[in-house]
Amino acid sequence: MSELNNSITQSSLNTASTTAYEKWRLLKDAIMRRAVVAGGLSVIFAIVVIFFYLLYVVYPLFLSADAEPVAQYSIPEENEGKTLFLAIEEQNEIAARFTDTGKVIFFEAKTGKTLAQKTILIPEGAKIVSVAQSSPVSEGAVIYGLSNGQAVIIKQQYKVTFVNDKRVITPSLKYPLGETPLVIDDSGAALEKIAFKVGEGSTTIVAKTAATIRITSFEKEQSLFGDEASLTRTDSVLDMPASHITDILVDKEDRNLFLVSDDGQLSFIDISKKNAPEIKQHLNVVEAGQKITSLSFLTGDLSLMIGDSSGLVSQWSLVKDALNKPAFQRIRAFKVSDKPVIAINTEQRRKGFLTVDAAGEMGIYHSTAERELIKEKISDSAPLSTILSPRANALLLQSNDRKIHFWKVDNEHPEVSIKSMWQKVWYESYAKPAYIWQSSSASNDFEPKYSLTPLVFGTLKASFYAMLVAIPLSLMGAIYTAYFMSPQMRIYTKPAIEIMGALPTVILGFLAGLWLAPFIEEHLSGLFSMLVVVPIGVVLFALAFQNVPEKFRQKIPEGWEGAILIPVILIAGWIAFTISVPLETALFHGTLRDWFKSELGIGYDQRNALVVGFAMGFAVVPTIFSISEDAIFSVPKHLTVGSLALGATPWQTMIRVVLLTASPGIFSAIMIGFGRAIGETMIVLMATGNTPVMDLSVFQGMRTLAANIAVEMPESEVDSTHYRVLFLAALVLFMFTFVFNTLAEVVRQKLREKYSSL
Amino acid sequence: MIKLWFKSGSPWIWLNAAAVSTCLIMVVGVLGLVAARGAGHFWASPIVSMSYQEDDGQVKTIIGEHVDTTVTPAAMAKSTGYKLADNEDVLIQYLIKTGNRDLTGADFRWIQERHVKTQTTPADMIVVERREWGNFYGQLTAVKEDGKVIASGEKVWNVLQERLKSALTLHEQITHLEKKEIGAINYGFEQLRLKQKSLELKNAWNAETVKEFATKKAAYDVDYKRYQAQLAELYQKIRRDSLVATTESGAELVIPLSKVVEVTQPNKMGTFAKIGHYFKKLGDFLSEDPREANTEGGIFPAIFGTIMMVIMMSIIVTPFGVIAAVYLREYAKQGFTTRLIRIAVNNLAGVPSIVYGVFGLGFFVYILGGNIDSLFFPESAPAPVFGTPGLLWASITLALLTLPVVIVSTEEGLARVPKAIREGSLALGATKIETLWRTVLPMASPAMMTGLILAVARAAGEVAPLMLVGVVKLAPTLPLDGNYPFLHLDRKFMHLGFHIYDVGFQSPNVEAARPLVYATSLLLVLVIIGLNLAAILIRNHLREKYRALEG
Repeated sequence: MSELNNSITQSSLNTASTTAYEKWRLLKDAIMRRAVVAGGLSVIFAIVVIFFYLLYVVYPLFLSADAEPVAQYSIPEENEGKTLFLAIEEQNEIAARFTDTGKVIFFEAKTGKTLAQKTILIPEGAKIVSVAQSSPVSEGAVIYGLSNGQAVIIKQQYKVTFVNDKRVITPSLKYPLGETPLVIDDSGAALEKIAFKVGEGSTTIVAKTAATIRITSFEKEQSLFGDEASLTRTDSVLDMPASHITDILVDKEDRNLFLVSDDGQLSFIDISKKNAPEIKQHLNVVEAGQKITSLSFLTGDLSLMIGDSSGLVSQWSLVKDALNKPAFQRIRAFKVSDKPVIAINTEQRRKGFLTVDAAGEMGIYHSTAERELIKEKISDSAPLSTILSPRANALLLQSNDRKIHFWKVDNEHPEVSIKSMWQKVWYESYAKPAYIWQSSSASNDFEPKYSLTPLVFGTLKASFYAMLVAIPLSLMGAIYTAYFMSPQMRIYTKPAIEIMGALPTVILGFLAGLWLAPFIEEHLSGLFSMLVVVPIGVVLFALAFQNVPEKFRQKIPEGWEGAILIPVILIAGWIAFTISVPLETALFHGTLRDWFKSELGIGYDQRNALVVGFAMGFAVVPTIFSISEDAIFSVPKHLTVGSLALGATPWQTMIRVVLLTASPGIFSAIMIGFGRAIGETMIVLMATGNTPVMDLSVFQGMRTLAANIAVEMPESEVDSTHYRVLFLAALVLFMFTFVFNTLAEVVRQKLREKYSSL
Repeated sequence: MIKLWFKSGSPWIWLNAAAVSTCLIMVVGVLGLVAARGAGHFWASPIVSMSYQEDDGQVKTIIGEHVDTTVTPAAMAKSTGYKLADNEDVLIQYLIKTGNRDLTGADFRWIQERHVKTQTTPADMIVVERREWGNFYGQLTAVKEDGKVIASGEKVWNVLQERLKSALTLHEQITHLEKKEIGAINYGFEQLRLKQKSLELKNAWNAETVKEFATKKAAYDVDYKRYQAQLAELYQKIRRDSLVATTESGAELVIPLSKVVEVTQPNKMGTFAKIGHYFKKLGDFLSEDPREANTEGGIFPAIFGTIMMVIMMSIIVTPFGVIAAVYLREYAKQGFTTRLIRIAVNNLAGVPSIVYGVFGLGFFVYILGGNIDSLFFPESAPAPVFGTPGLLWASITLALLTLPVVIVSTEEGLARVPKAIREGSLALGATKIETLWRTVLPMASPAMMTGLILAVARAAGEVAPLMLVGVVKLAPTLPLDGNYPFLHLDRKFMHLGFHIYDVGFQSPNVEAARPLVYATSLLLVLVIIGLNLAAILIRNHLREKYRALEG
């Protein structure tokens, strides 16, 4: 009794703490509930984050470029002469004005404040009559053609130093060929037009006087004693009338010379031999009645941008013609304006260019992408001179109303457009428009080719051949395993095939590349004969088995056909390989590979779509097999029993009842398998040559989106166009598989509902 | 009758059966191929000596291991330019590993069987496994000490084994000193440099710290000098001995024992000796560092890296996967949201692994890593710490990749726990979380285990995303070592799958590396199939258990 009392008092004493404990329990329950809900929802969050992050990286590709005015000021030191051209250095801090009096005025790009003035050494009495910059503009070399037949070459330099962690840029001028003017025309005729290229040892100057066009080249020769270098001059006169020539250009290789005449004719002259220039081509580059108003090389000097008086800018590139001879051809044109194009400024690092027309309207374009990126009116009066900064993120323009305009340009990814990614593009030096993926090269002047079409094509090709192998094998296997196989054998067969799916694809790829590819190359005919011999062998064996006396047949339990057939298939396969050799010799007089090549013109790549088809088919079989086997197996039994009871054979029941009922499940299995084949990386990386060709042939390789990412991603510069295009490829893959998987999942859920209602 | 038979559909059933058989043949074939080539690599194959008639008619001796044989039909051989006599149906070619790359320029050569005049297996042929230039095949003539012959003739073999043993011990000491001790000092120096820079950034670099650092550096310097002296001494010792051997052309070659890993006479070995040698080589393969651009030596760093990555990944993926599954099964109202989540999970499972790699590189490495660097490691700039691919990011990326596996498996396990058990617990007054924690989750734990095992198997075999987020072909240091903080999550690591890709496809000497790749593949396949079988067994066992519970 006392014990009971005790316990009661104790429990009443404990009440306070018990409630606290209860509260703590409930609190814990509530906290955990929240935590679990948050955790669960984070799965959705994860997939959303992946999607949006990919989108976030890709998005800037599709942002439009824009330009906005930063400053406008009157011409610095205006009384020092008229502007011949403007220059600006890389950091957009310092700009320069080159005048017709031989002055160079360096000023702050943002304010127009004069920083320094330099005077170019010109002989007494001579006047500047022509000026030109050499290609590429980034070298900063300038030539002045003088009225006395002489020329002066200078080079602008911007030296960057850091003083107290602050950047200081000091502009200066240099005379790369010495301060003495170079004598071009001995008779002293004025050099009306001029072009040049300063090379390592030699310098070429092409100048037009009133009567002749003269190609002069100076060889720098280091004398044995001291630093004094002497110049040896060789020159030749071009066999062409000079009077109509309005513009001259020499390319950066010092190999091609271009002359433009006032009737719209372009002459292309090979000057690789300086003493014997060779006139290659004369052609009309503008429509009749129009005039060439501006001319410039696109970066790399492989194509010319020609602006005319009708406001059309056309791109001309050296293309191999039908006779395999280089010839100039128009590869595209931009209608820039209705007014004459006054100037074309090309970007120094990309294939973009800037145009200004007579009405003061500026446009920025990209040649490969055929995009008009920016169109802005800069001033109401006609522009005089303009320059795009080396990084193409700022521009200077001097207009006729004696003002200089400084604009900021935001144009990160001009290379990409729907056309440049998905359609045929005519690239520089290519004979015709093509789909090409070639994202980078060692050279700076390279025209990136971002056509995703060959990659998508390669992806689809690889998965097509993989599905060609996988679908028959896995579906037929699933039908048999789910419906005809004995349960004992099924217990082992299903996991065995499913384990195939767990095999690392790197191992499949390695075997495909290093073992299967050489094997198929050697036994191509054996492979083809196997495709014929094995099914025939199986049917013949089945027929023979049918006629074996009942007594023997009953020894083998029903549903073990799969096991009996293993030796049959092995033997049939061996026979196929054995007969293939004499067959090949008899039918194709040599090897099948040679026959394909000589008779059908189909080349053979060792690592080709056939190898990928087998290897990737192998990887996809378990996926399709497992899901479709489940779908077939779970078809309600009363359906099949009913069908059999009505007198249908098992096979008829299979085809007419079971497959029909399970078809949505089989469809989703194929979808999921296809999704897997599309995204597979290692097998295609190792079993193909990874060349982005568009060739349907089963004996050629391909490059897939996934393999392309694996190959190029580690080397691409963060946030560059290349990087973003690779992300776009990943996004495309993501979307592909997202669509297929969602479709498959929805179909599967519907099917589940259907089964449960049956 | 045949028509009737066809009509019954029987042939179709047989053809379907043939598809299953083909799949099985393919599975067994692939596994068998990997197993045979991989496991055969460590067997000491006999060294043959052949007199071989070269194309120019000269007869030469070729010594080496027989690696491969091909049989080409005459027609094909002729079309590729071989001249065969009319009575020859096939061209048989042998691939011989001739070694001696330093002398001949190549390890392997193909020879034609019909030009082999005689073939013997002389008992005194030796194989020298070298640290550089691959294997040497030839005959042992003498052992030298400081350039003087100390043994030749009969006893040369025993003397060589003795000397080699001490040379190997010395080599071990040298590696220990160089890697462990001097490595630790270098690490210490680097830490000091970073600390100094960090203090400078905080404007706390003053006379006091200068002095403190100077003492520390001096201490390191003293240690360093001591180790250098020891090293010099060891190097002098190890360079003392060398062996002299003749090649197939009769030329003599002196091989310093410091460059030798092992010398064997496979033609003299009995079966038991070969078995012993086999396991020794297998052990070396699993426990040693790679040599010669990964084409020789062991794969220990790759095994270690794979294991580290998988452990890290498991630590991350398990809680998230289990919580998501618990939410789906126990908390969420079955309806639109759960359906959406299931579709999301399925999609997550179907997203190509390379996309995870791209996401991991962009989001984890550049964004998260970059921010971590600028917040916590300003002193290392401009060298990135976490802003570059590494172990941590690889683990997180793979955790994301394997999340669906864990979720699906755990959910299945939860679904199998009978409702009565939950209701019983709740009826006794337990809260929901108590019910879950004390009864449901323990019952479902084998299912979680299954999921985790499958996730590990998937992660161990995945390569494509890892190429972007942290795997390298050769990592100088392991992610776990004796230097504080011991676990270096920012380090890059080696991985078995990537090792296969790299050695098989990027190495300059694919032929020499091939057996190694097969052996690595075999290891990977065994691990992954083992894990999968374990998962299947656990799952089956679990099903049995619940069947009993329900009954």
